[in-house]
Amino acid sequence: MPHISLNNLSISYGNHKVLHEVSVDIPDSQITVIIGPSGCGKTTLLKSLNRLLDLNDDVSVKGNVLIDGVNTYDPKADVLSLRKKLGFLSQRPYPLPMSIYDNIAFGPKVHRLTQEQIVQQIRDLEGRSFQVPERKNGAMDVLVESYLRLAGLWDEVKDRLRTPASRLSIGQQQRLALARALAVEPEAILADEPTSALDPLSAQLIEKQFKFLRNNYTIVVVTHILRQARRIADYVIFLYLGELVEHGPAESFFKSPKDERTRAYISGEIS
Amino acid sequence: MRSRRLEEQIFKGLMIASLTLVLVVLAGIIFITIYKGAPALTLSMLTETPKGGYYLGKEGGIANAIVGSLYLGLGASFCALLLSVPVAFGLQKEYTGWRFASFTKLVLDVLWGIPSIVYGAFGFVVMAYFGLRASLLGGIIVLTLLMLPIMVRSMEEVIRTIPLELKEVSYALGTTRIETTMAVVLRQALPGMVTAVLLAFGRGIGDAASILFTAGYTDYIPRSLFDPVASLPLAVFFQIGTPIPEVQERAYASALILLLIVFVVSIVSRILSHRFSKHIVR
Ligand SMILES: Nc1ncnc2c1ncn2[C@@H]1O[C@H](COP(=O)(O)OP(=O)(O)O)[C@@H](O)[C@H]1O
Ligand SMILES: [Mg+2]
Repeated sequence: MPHISLNNLSISYGNHKVLHEVSVDIPDSQITVIIGPSGCGKTTLLKSLNRLLDLNDDVSVKGNVLIDGVNTYDPKADVLSLRKKLGFLSQRPYPLPMSIYDNIAFGPKVHRLTQEQIVQQIRDLEGRSFQVPERKNGAMDVLVESYLRLAGLWDEVKDRLRTPASRLSIGQQQRLALARALAVEPEAILADEPTSALDPLSAQLIEKQFKFLRNNYTIVVVTHILRQARRIADYVIFLYLGELVEHGPAESFFKSPKDERTRAYISGEIS
Repeated sequence: MRSRRLEEQIFKGLMIASLTLVLVVLAGIIFITIYKGAPALTLSMLTETPKGGYYLGKEGGIANAIVGSLYLGLGASFCALLLSVPVAFGLQKEYTGWRFASFTKLVLDVLWGIPSIVYGAFGFVVMAYFGLRASLLGGIIVLTLLMLPIMVRSMEEVIRTIPLELKEVSYALGTTRIETTMAVVLRQALPGMVTAVLLAFGRGIGDAASILFTAGYTDYIPRSLFDPVASLPLAVFFQIGTPIPEVQERAYASALILLLIVFVVSIVSRILSHRFSKHIVR
């Protein structure tokens, strides 16, 4: 069973229905790209997975989202641990109002990891044992470094870990957000147009990082840039006016789309 | 084209005119306070309490009012802060439905607009009912009530401007409402909240009417919360009402001291606010 699967998911804001009975399984350990013109419900779909939609008033959700077989919308569901399983990158990166170091350490601290758990987490991540430095917070230091490396940011920030994260460039902030999300050991990364605020070079770095991470994490990327979808997608989901039009492996999706609307969208006739 | 340029000119003129008016009035107030108050401002005014003939123009000072005002202003700011922070956060939509929140805000806005003499009268009635006499405690309580709407409303405005996306990224890590509020929202709002406290402090320490009956007035520095206490605004009021020119001058000197206190507190809170905004996300 895949980590994430949607069954007859319908979502409305007030009386405005924006997603119509969407059902799809999101394949594990691949990059799934959700494409579609703006306003078609991509963000809504993504935020429904980790229940960030709850923060909006007046949202109603029908159907269900299964995360590891647990229905997210079950009233008894443990929202906090569900969210922990799904890392989230927003369209514009938002560093937390604290230092670079604390941005990464924040998650593990909130989840009250013990010293042993931190050490175990680094071992799981690096796949090898290591020496915990003797100093105070030594294990946390190693953890922060590991995740900054994993997000491809370490070399750029290693000399200024204690400076405010908001001083980083937008591109660096997005990789910081990635490191911060990874630090709570999610199974999946959900990214909402993660490169749309970024310059092309920073965007490339993020894409590269996703490709690097895809073996170990389920990655869902929302984009309205077709070329980006072609570059990174293993699996594609096409939304149009709140409807799931077509989904399938990237190759067949782009080579031989089945639906007329998909064909039109890929060829740029509709946008 | 010409009419558009004219429009531009008119609005520019209006802005300059109002700005000038505001600056002139402000400068005027400060100038007159310094001009009339500075000559009377002596060291003994700051360090001594009124002696027998002080109000007739003889020796003594208003240390009683300076200390009293600091006690009242800082005490009430502290109490109001303790009450305002939970209320301001509680009014956010994560914690309260918008109906209740907007009703509460309406009530606070009305309270903000109530003249301070009404607070004073209210405090006086309540204190009389409990058999309390005018005291530092009474003054602090009434000033706290006076400051509350200002503090809560300004803090609430600051907290509400924090982008939803910032909270989203925090919640997405699996944090609870309290964790997000304390670690993210509070940090982001802190500089603005310092300004809110300053605003309320300024209103509180400068108010005379609310403490007239509730804090009383005395020539001594209070030794307990239940002693009456003097204050600078009332010192100004009493001294300016005498027919003796020397004493009237001392009224301006007292006003100058009050002005300086507010000035120093503003500077300190600027520095604090700047320090707290180091990590702010823009
Ligand atoms: N908070 C909201 N309240 C009401 N309507 C919303 C809200 N967010 C999005 N919508 C509407 O839902 C539709 C889908 O929006 P969204 O999921 O943001 O699309 P996309 O991310 O594909 O651009 C749009 O028509 C948008 O106007
Ligand atoms: Mg969107």
